[in-house]
Amino acid sequence: MRKNLNVIAAYSIMMGLITLVGIFQSWNIALSIFNLCLISAVMTMGANIQWGYAGLINFGIMGFTALGGLAAVLISVNPVQEAWSAGGTNILLSLFLIIGIVLAVRLVLKKYQKSKIRNYIIAAIIISGIIIIRLVSAPGIEAIEEVNPARTGFLGGLGLPIIFSWIAGAFFAGGLAFVIGKVALGLRADYLAIATLLISEIVIAIIKHEDWLTRGVKNVIGLKRPAPYEVNLQETEWFINLVEKFNSGKLALISDLSERQAVLNQFVIEGSSVFVKLCYSGLFLIVVIILLILTQKALYSPWGRMMRAIRDNEEAANAMGKNVVKQHLLIFVLGSAIVGIAGAMLVTQDGLFTPGSYRPLRYTFLIWVMVIVGGSGNNFGAILGGFVVWFLWIEAAPIGLYLVNLTTAGLEDTHFLKVHLIESVPYFRFLMMGIGLLLIMRYRPKGILPEKIEIK
Amino acid sequence: MDFLNAIILLLNYIFVPALAYGSQLAIGAIFVTLIYGILRFANFATGDMMSFGTMIAILFTWYFQSLGLSLGFLPTALLAIPFAILFMGLYMLIIDKFVFKYYRLNKSPPVQLAMVSIGVMFVTQAVVRIIIGPSDRRFFDGEKFLIRANEFKEMTGLNEGLAIKSTQVITIVVTIILVSTLFWFLNKTKTGKSMRAYSDNEDLALLSGIDPKKIVMITWMIAAILATIGGVLYGLDKSFKPFTYFNNMLPIFAAAIVGGIGNPFGAFLGGYVIAFSEILLTYAYKKFFMYVLPESMEPDGLIQLLSTDYKFAVSFSILVIVLLYRPSGIFKGKIL
Repeated sequence: MRKNLNVIAAYSIMMGLITLVGIFQSWNIALSIFNLCLISAVMTMGANIQWGYAGLINFGIMGFTALGGLAAVLISVNPVQEAWSAGGTNILLSLFLIIGIVLAVRLVLKKYQKSKIRNYIIAAIIISGIIIIRLVSAPGIEAIEEVNPARTGFLGGLGLPIIFSWIAGAFFAGGLAFVIGKVALGLRADYLAIATLLISEIVIAIIKHEDWLTRGVKNVIGLKRPAPYEVNLQETEWFINLVEKFNSGKLALISDLSERQAVLNQFVIEGSSVFVKLCYSGLFLIVVIILLILTQKALYSPWGRMMRAIRDNEEAANAMGKNVVKQHLLIFVLGSAIVGIAGAMLVTQDGLFTPGSYRPLRYTFLIWVMVIVGGSGNNFGAILGGFVVWFLWIEAAPIGLYLVNLTTAGLEDTHFLKVHLIESVPYFRFLMMGIGLLLIMRYRPKGILPEKIEIK
Repeated sequence: MDFLNAIILLLNYIFVPALAYGSQLAIGAIFVTLIYGILRFANFATGDMMSFGTMIAILFTWYFQSLGLSLGFLPTALLAIPFAILFMGLYMLIIDKFVFKYYRLNKSPPVQLAMVSIGVMFVTQAVVRIIIGPSDRRFFDGEKFLIRANEFKEMTGLNEGLAIKSTQVITIVVTIILVSTLFWFLNKTKTGKSMRAYSDNEDLALLSGIDPKKIVMITWMIAAILATIGGVLYGLDKSFKPFTYFNNMLPIFAAAIVGGIGNPFGAFLGGYVIAFSEILLTYAYKKFFMYVLPESMEPDGLIQLLSTDYKFAVSFSILVIVLLYRPSGIFKGKIL
């Protein structure tokens, strides 16, 4: 208990801050911050597994998040029958062609010795394959995108409950991570960072522009929900009764019946959105706790010890007979899969998929700030990092505004400097993140809750 | 006559824009590669440092414009560049003193320095946005075109016009001057040679009496020159927007690695490799084939290998291929 005191203290402070937001701003804002904190926590756990356990830099978090989001679309949206009949065969044919190309390349790689000719053959297979696929898929894609482009214009998904997409997102992201890992994991740390960053940009480019699959920048809106809709809740008997019971004290003060009804309605409307957010919080909390238990178990298992050994001294671990390449690939896939879950959760919570919103600053670098600030190698630290950084990211504007007002108190309201500063308050979050990261890197390089490994 | 038209077409839509864009990338790539070679980390703040330099140049441009100063047909921004470089160098030295120096003296691993550079990236981005705002800004003044498409058509009597923007010519000329001075400096002067020695083998260089403080300072000054000029040239040719500059970091990294990171000449050529392949692969060749082929064989489609949306993806794919087959880059840089 005592040695965990700092963990408990840090989390209580964090919870206290969110509660303060609930009391002073509104419970709606507090809960939406809390939900996104939980999603960020899942992302940081994924990044922490890769960086903290194994020392692998993955700057492609944005790509895996987006793939998770894509999974949410492909699982939950109802299939568009017209589109399937218009161009489904072409798309399926192209899919088989891709599989064929991969198999052919594998065959060549296996059959022939490493040589220039082999490289040329592989290049020839891939290039001709791409041309054939383009020829096959082009009419199909055109046909699909012409089916009711304002509403669909894409193939749709499987029409399953959206919760399944969390698992599918993990598989999508894990699959991509497997491919990337095969290609790039041999690179030195900073090259791996750049390579993953650029590969994630390629993923985003594909998601943005392959309209037949994702609707691209036209966005997919109105996704299914695992939680009830506010509008339905507001008409349900038991919910209204519940709200009435909760606010009975306040309602009892109002004697006028119609006024009381109006106030109750107000409470019901507010309560419904809080209730929906609470549903999400519950679901996300379950995911976070399951992942936390699993990652903690992994950290203290023989496997976790091996990963740390590989991280701290690759050559020595290799000499002890540990398969470094295989373990790196495994942990890269696992970490990315967790990020994929977070991506699916994010889209589930928003209820819409907007490929244009995936930017490296928000989905890669911010997550890294969270991991570093929280404490790499320590799961509790990583989660705390997610909470602290997201909280600051959202609350930076109010804090910035307060600071600006404080420092320019002597100036008139119309002074150009004051007006300019107040206009640029939204950018104080960048400043805060940067300075925070620099300070932590300098004075507490292991993060708020540093990694602690008990050596017995 | 048809072939001539086809060539002009390619010149107009591929060669000239790619040459200008490639020069802008090349300057950025040399910046990345110098920092990587001498200070030994991947600088993720590249794009934002360039936007900072450009921002100062824009502020000076506005100041000069308000004074009524101008260079006639040349953009006023060229006059602002030297002043911007001064401020940029100061900014770089301040950052180095308060941020990077500590890690350099502690001999931190490159990864940690890269993380620190992310912190610098956030701060620089914030500073730029707070001072000048996130919106799109054009600061070009002076004569826009050197040759207009219509004039060219009248002059030569061809169907295809060749438009050359003055910014493109300025970009190419400035790049040639800047890069040749830089290579002269690195290869011929004593300081330049000691910089290369330091990049090659730090311990040996220190043993032979090279002052690391001086090397680092000069590197940051050169970096300031490259960042400011590269940024201003890009901003003149297109426009200044902090977000675009941040994104430009990606093709710049690709260029530096493709050319062989740590090798300035490789980075220089890498910029053109990236620019040309981006534009060559995403250009629709329909019109070109219409000129070259007889009428009966005219193509139906656009004859476009990839849609223009994949412009960035092209350069990154090239990078991945290079990393796979020749991880040290086309022109051997540091071994990974």
